[in-house]
Order: sequence, then C-alpha cells, then structure tokens
Amino acid sequence: MTLVLDLYTVVAVLGGAFFYLAGTVGLLRFPDTLTRLHALSKADNLGLGLIVLGLLPRVDGTLVALKLVCAWLLVLLSGATVAQLIARVARSQDPSA
Amino acid sequence: MSWSFAVDLAMAGLLLAIAVFTIAVRDAFAAVVAFAAYGLLVAVVWVRLQAVDVALTEAAIGSGLTGVLMLGAAARLRGTERAAQSARPAAWLRVVAAVLSATVATALGAAVWFFPDPAPTLAPAAVGEIDATGLGNTVTAVLMAYRATDTVLEKVVLVLAVLGVWSLAPDRAWGGRPGTLYRPDADGVLTFFARVLPPFGVVIGVYLMWTAADNPGGAFAGGTVLAAMWVLVMMAGLTDAPPVAGRALRLLVLVGPVVFVAFGFAGMVIADAFLAYPVDYAKALIVAIEVPMTVSIAAMLGMLLAGTPSRPVQP
Repeated sequence: MTLVLDLYTVVAVLGGAFFYLAGTVGLLRFPDTLTRLHALSKADNLGLGLIVLGLLPRVDGTLVALKLVCAWLLVLLSGATVAQLIARVARSQDPSA
Repeated sequence: MSWSFAVDLAMAGLLLAIAVFTIAVRDAFAAVVAFAAYGLLVAVVWVRLQAVDVALTEAAIGSGLTGVLMLGAAARLRGTERAAQSARPAAWLRVVAAVLSATVATALGAAVWFFPDPAPTLAPAAVGEIDATGLGNTVTAVLMAYRATDTVLEKVVLVLAVLGVWSLAPDRAWGGRPGTLYRPDADGVLTFFARVLPPFGVVIGVYLMWTAADNPGGAFAGGTVLAAMWVLVMMAGLTDAPPVAGRALRLLVLVGPVVFVAFGFAGMVIADAFLAYPVDYAKALIVAIEVPMTVSIAAMLGMLLAGTPSRPVQP
C-alpha cells in the first residue's frame, strides 16, 4: 500500500514538474502574447494541481490537505483572472490577435 | 554534494543573476518586474532558512507592496525615461559613484568574511524568557515585548510616510480622494475577482494577525493582505477611495499607533518601564495592541497604494 502511494506521489509530482517545464518553454518560445499566456496558465493550473494532488497522501491531517487544495484553488482563480486581464490589454493594442 | 545543497546553490546563483539584471537593465518597468521576482525568491530563501515570519513579510512588503508602488512610479516616469537614459552624468560623477559603490561592497564583503564563528546571538536569551510573554512565537515576542520600542517607531514612520504622500496633493485636490476614479465594468473579470476574493482575503488577513502569537504571521503580514483586498475592490471600481480629510479614515490610520503608545505609557504605571507589560496579562495586552495595529497598517498601506490625493471631494 505504501509503495502504491509513493508511486502515485512520484508520478503526479513528476507530471506537475513536466507541465511547469512545458509551460516555461512555451512562455519563452511561443510567438505572441495570447499563446504565451496559454502556456503560462497551463503551468499554474495543471502543474501546481498535479503537485498538490501528488502531495495530498503525504501530509498529516485533513486540515493541512485542505489548506493545500485551497492554495491551488486560489492560484487557479487569480491565475485565470490575471490571464484574462493581460489578454484584454493585448487584444486592445493589437485587434488582429 | 547533497540535493538540498545543490538546490541552495542554484537558488543563490539565480538570486545573484536577478539582482545583477535588476541593476543593469535600462528600462524602469523591466527593473521593477525583476525586483518583484527577486523579492519572491528571497522569500523562498527565508523559508529555506526556516525564518517563515521574515519570508511572509518579504513576500508581502518587499515584493508585493513595494513592487506595486514602484510600478506606479515607473509608469509616472515613462514620459521622461528616454531623456533620462540618453543623458550621461559627468565623468567625475561616475568615478565618485564607482568609488562609493566599491567601498560599500568591500566593507560588506569584509563584514561577511570576518564574521565571528559562532555568530553572536541573543536567541537563547529570547527563547529562555518567552514564558514571561505568554507567547509561543519568538519573533512576535521580539517585536512586541523585547524590542517593542522599535515596533512603535516603525508604525510612527509609516504614519509619517502616509502624511508625506498626502502632502504632495495639489491645492485643488487638498484633502481630496487619491488616485484615479475607476469605472466598474459589470461583466468584467476584475469585478468578478474583486467580489469573490475579498471574503477569503479578509479571513486570511485576520488569521495571520491572530495566529502570530504562536505561529508565523503578524500584524504587518495580516495588514498587508487586508490592504491588498481593499485596493483590489477600489481598482475594480466597486468602491471609491475615501477623501483623505475624512475623519473615519484618519481615525483608522491613527488608532493602532495611538493605542500602542498609550499602552506603552500605561506600562510605566502598571509595570515598571515604558512598554513594559505586567507578566500576568502580557499576552492579552499584546493581542489588544495587535488588533488596532493591523487595522491601522491595512488603512495606511491601502492609502499608500492609492497614492496622492488628485480629485477634490466635491468635483
């Protein structure tokens, strides 16, 4: 049982790290603001989400687990909002985007 | 080489790189963004050093609040930035600046190099006497009991800073509302955000203040989160900034420092020195000071972020 949980954590955190790496590469390599935003929010949403999910079985107590999930949800909310705001500005400056 | 050492080394390298970039880059906006990133990374370093209280303050004040203030400054300077960049100071001025910087850097380096080992510390004394304060968090004990005078003066400095910002108002806006008037966008994502986030933010801010007695947190960290929520609601146009001549606002700004100083003088009567607490009530008194202080910090930081009064009360 411990082995399964450990394996789950390793796979989930590695998956999260992959999305962070992919998001960072996209942020550096993508051609315009909107696609770069897409890469950035993938890193925040999926990368952090997978890492939080992977760490859940390793924390002691439901309260700590709940705090981790809350941190992820707050990052989701603020990340989505900021991405929208930046995209709006980018669009008003370049209507073709 | 262990993993954690490799991580520390990489973090130190990254910090140095961002620091050099912040100084070397010519564009003010890029420098401010790099500075905010630098502050966040420093906060991570403080967590690595197990100084979570310092990390919270660094992230909230050093990176967040200062970053936003400097973004505002950079935006104001944008019009004159090109002219400032093309102007080169005289040769002697550059030499003087270089010599001064080199001297300070050498002195700092020497101080680190000749640091006594083990480092001089008051930590055992601070931990040994903590029972007398009734607190569980040594950092709060230092801030509110051992070195409370410093904390009082820090709040007074903050009041002076707010007065300074208010004093920059032009005559027609004297005592008026700070900043620009934001129009709410009913369908806007910012409006939605400013309606959803503040309930959580207020809970977190109050929690940070309340838990500081035994856990990392504090009036400053909590007050910063509350101020951020207030500024968010103002930026979304859901509420307007209050006129700085308003009595309610001035009361909020002053209540923390005044209560702190009043308790300080009361200490001369009920205990035996300025800012001394009677041992039996130490914790209750400290909490009684922290609550109004958090309110005042939130009001002052919010007003600092809102900026100089620019609109008359009656337009």
